[in-house]
Amino acid sequence: MTANIVTAIYIAASVLFILSLGGLSNQESAKRAVWFGIVGMALAVGATIFGPQVTISGILIIMIAVGSVIGLVVARRVEMTGMPQLVAALHTFVGLAAVFIGINSELAPPSGLTSTEKIIHEVEVFLGVFIGAVTTTGSIVAFAKLAGIMDGKPLTLPGRNILNLIAVAACIWLGFMYLNHAGIWTLYLMTAIALIFGAHLVMAIGGADMPVVVSMLNSYSGWAAAATGFLLGNDLLIVTGALVGASGAILSYIMCRAMNRNFLSVILGGWGTATSSAQEVEGEMIATDVASVAADLADAQEIVFVPGYGMAVAQAQGAVSEITRRLRAQGKNVRFAIHPVAGRLPGHMNVLLAEAKVPYDIVLEMDEINDDFPTTDIVIVLGANDIVNPAAQDDPGSPIAGMPVLEAWKARQVIISKRGQGRGYSGIENPLFFKDNSRMLYGDAKSSLDQILSSLP
Amino acid sequence: MKVGCPKELLADEKRVAMTPDSARQLIKLGYECVVETGAGQDAGFADALYEEAGVTIAKTAAGLWKQSDIVVKVRGVIKKEEKHLRADQTVISLFWPGQNADLLDSFKAAGANAIAMDMVPRISRAQKMDALSSMANIAGYRAVIEAGNQFGRFFTGQITAAGKVPPAKVLVIGAGVAGLAAIGTATSLGAIVRAFDVRPEVAEQIESMGADFLMLEFEEDGSGEGGYAKPASPEFIEKEMALFRQQAPEIDIVITTALIPGRPAPKLWPAEMVALMKPGSVVVDLAAEQGGNCDLTVPNQVVTSDNGVTIVGYTDFPSRMASQSSTLYATNIRHMLDDLTPEKDGQVTINMEDDVIRGATVVHAGEITYPPPAPKVQAIGKAPAPEKPPELTPEEKAAQEAAAHRKAGRQQIGLLVGGGLFMLLVGAYAPASFMQHFIVFALSCFVGFQVIWNVSHALHTPLMAVTNAISGIIILGALLQIGSSNGIVMILASISVLIATINIVGGFMVTRRMLAMFQKS
Repeated sequence: MTANIVTAIYIAASVLFILSLGGLSNQESAKRAVWFGIVGMALAVGATIFGPQVTISGILIIMIAVGSVIGLVVARRVEMTGMPQLVAALHTFVGLAAVFIGINSELAPPSGLTSTEKIIHEVEVFLGVFIGAVTTTGSIVAFAKLAGIMDGKPLTLPGRNILNLIAVAACIWLGFMYLNHAGIWTLYLMTAIALIFGAHLVMAIGGADMPVVVSMLNSYSGWAAAATGFLLGNDLLIVTGALVGASGAILSYIMCRAMNRNFLSVILGGWGTATSSAQEVEGEMIATDVASVAADLADAQEIVFVPGYGMAVAQAQGAVSEITRRLRAQGKNVRFAIHPVAGRLPGHMNVLLAEAKVPYDIVLEMDEINDDFPTTDIVIVLGANDIVNPAAQDDPGSPIAGMPVLEAWKARQVIISKRGQGRGYSGIENPLFFKDNSRMLYGDAKSSLDQILSSLP
Repeated sequence: MKVGCPKELLADEKRVAMTPDSARQLIKLGYECVVETGAGQDAGFADALYEEAGVTIAKTAAGLWKQSDIVVKVRGVIKKEEKHLRADQTVISLFWPGQNADLLDSFKAAGANAIAMDMVPRISRAQKMDALSSMANIAGYRAVIEAGNQFGRFFTGQITAAGKVPPAKVLVIGAGVAGLAAIGTATSLGAIVRAFDVRPEVAEQIESMGADFLMLEFEEDGSGEGGYAKPASPEFIEKEMALFRQQAPEIDIVITTALIPGRPAPKLWPAEMVALMKPGSVVVDLAAEQGGNCDLTVPNQVVTSDNGVTIVGYTDFPSRMASQSSTLYATNIRHMLDDLTPEKDGQVTINMEDDVIRGATVVHAGEITYPPPAPKVQAIGKAPAPEKPPELTPEEKAAQEAAAHRKAGRQQIGLLVGGGLFMLLVGAYAPASFMQHFIVFALSCFVGFQVIWNVSHALHTPLMAVTNAISGIIILGALLQIGSSNGIVMILASISVLIATINIVGGFMVTRRMLAMFQKS
């Protein structure tokens, strides 16, 4: 296979990747689109292996075979509630590969470079390794937090922003030394600092900000691939890396907008540094029981579920789906309202509900359903808190003021399924729970829903 | 302890303070229940129904009072019953302690406790025992039904083969519980409903029930303590009358519900208004017992004015729906006993530290405890007035929009110019091979942004998984290095190939699995 044919195949692969991402605009085309991606990848890898620059060796085949088997097993075994962890773990691999390839490129540099090209190549190596290292440890920490191996609370070291700044400054300084040929140790030292920096960066970010972090790491893994493409002079890597980088950047932006927070403030971590003058909430939380919720559901016509991370924790999606099926069979209009940051991954709730066989056309986005709450008979909030907090609109002193929220309180009745009287991630009181039309259903979401299901007519 | 419910002695009082259903609940609380024979007859609850619920029937009132530790009633304790009172007996009823000082004295003399259902503070926790609200709700409903009884036309407008029927126009004055219930009933019968209240904050409630709120252009807030209204100033009343004068000729049915606690009812619908109304119109005065909102009202009677307007002055609206009102009242009583029995052991504990019980208890342990101190919790939290942004004229709006457009345009041009300069700078110094890659990079970013914006929010998780998979393209780099003669390079490249393969295969497979789960209904 000549180099020109390889390039032609790379072009085809790039087009297929773009089509693959574009196809995700709706659920039906997405099923086809994933095949575009698979074919594109097969073409690209095949062309490279059989291309002029690679000689097929035993080790290469073994590695690919072993990797494929591991990948297949992981993809089959993973629970949908474990998707955030899996995504974070996969980011680690891309980051680590970028670090290795960058270091390799320093150890065995391409020959025949002019002096400017050499400097550019070195910049590329340095940048690629830096981004890769930050992605690697950042993703490991994100994985540990999401998998519950590590405490989800933000770790706020004193002067953490200064520490971060020092780390970045040190890396830049080492970069200049590296370009002036101070030796390969500068690259290794920078790698070590970047690894620590990545871990520290993500440690300072709390559980509910994870959607932003995971999207950000997604973006980084793309940029790392693009940087690798530059240093190898491989356009396909550049194209793909840029696509992935852009995708992650947009997701981070969407998540931040949904929390009405600035990207930097999320990344720099720690919630609620601004002191709040949140209003005191008056009234009391009124508890209800399973039997009366079941009776209310039987009477209602328009029903909306608002799932949050609590639903995923309690593994309640199956019970919700069964209740939905039963209520819909009785001719009721049951829908789901999904806030963009519900869960620990963008679109996490959609996947969980899809897994539980909730039809996707009744799972709506915030903007699609917010106007319908006033005509809704009953809203059931499942393990969600801040995303239905009316203080975001009513109380300018609240830490979440201005965050777009689901206006559940406008419904005729709101049932909140919650484990106890605790507060949400942001640690602020939720006035929704104290409203006259709100009833609290205490207890584990799954067992509550199972009981509701058995007492439904 | 025994809970007894005697027959009401006042003429025309058909309600009863205990129903078979509420008795079942009280028995669950650990009480024994007794009713006087025939107590529930007028409300549709025969003795047999009580017996079925496990209630003992007492032959005489005297016998019932003698054996009961707690007596539940609807209409207070009248002279004939006072002789039955004994020490440590607790009577739960509507008492109107403000108007019945003598009665409180007899309780004090007898050493009995009195808990007044009409004194339950209006806080959210006590709503379940707020008998005034539940009775007012019924009164509001019944007022519309009585009006319909007197009114010779349909409520709803119709166009029939026999001609066109205009809809009835109903004006409800006072949007308390009764007023809101009347609004709801009248709108659901199809009438055009307008409502007026001196408290501007109820406008939203009125509109939510489907009526138009008649606004009065006047800076005075008529809200008093506990969610009730307070008396208005003469200037305010003048404005109000002007508004009513304007409405009177159009309106077919007027329902007045205006009451101020502890005062005679305000005269909001004087004879002059009645004179302005069309013949055949109806006025229902829910305040008849407190003197009436209308000058011409005669309590307990229906009268017709000189110009043919019917004025209904009944004072017993809840009693006219005895079955419904008994059910609600008995439930209110049951909730009160529930709060009085914290241990659920059939023993009453009058806890004077509890805001609700303190407020309702008017005689306790030989002491008159009326009036109660102000409750600690405010009835209705005062919402801070939202700051309204100044209304913009169309020109100002257009100007603002134009400015926003110009700003967006300037930003875009700024970005383009900045980006262009940056490109020039890169182009001036970087070698040609780099520039080629750089073009590819910039265009890919651009394409990426365009494509990703169209991705459905619901598919963000599959998007992350698929981007994860394709970022495994980094395998190409490792493939190119794996053949290196340098040992370290070879090892690192091999590991890279391995993990990038996991990424590719794992990412694509999990995406496929996820997407297959998305099913349409």
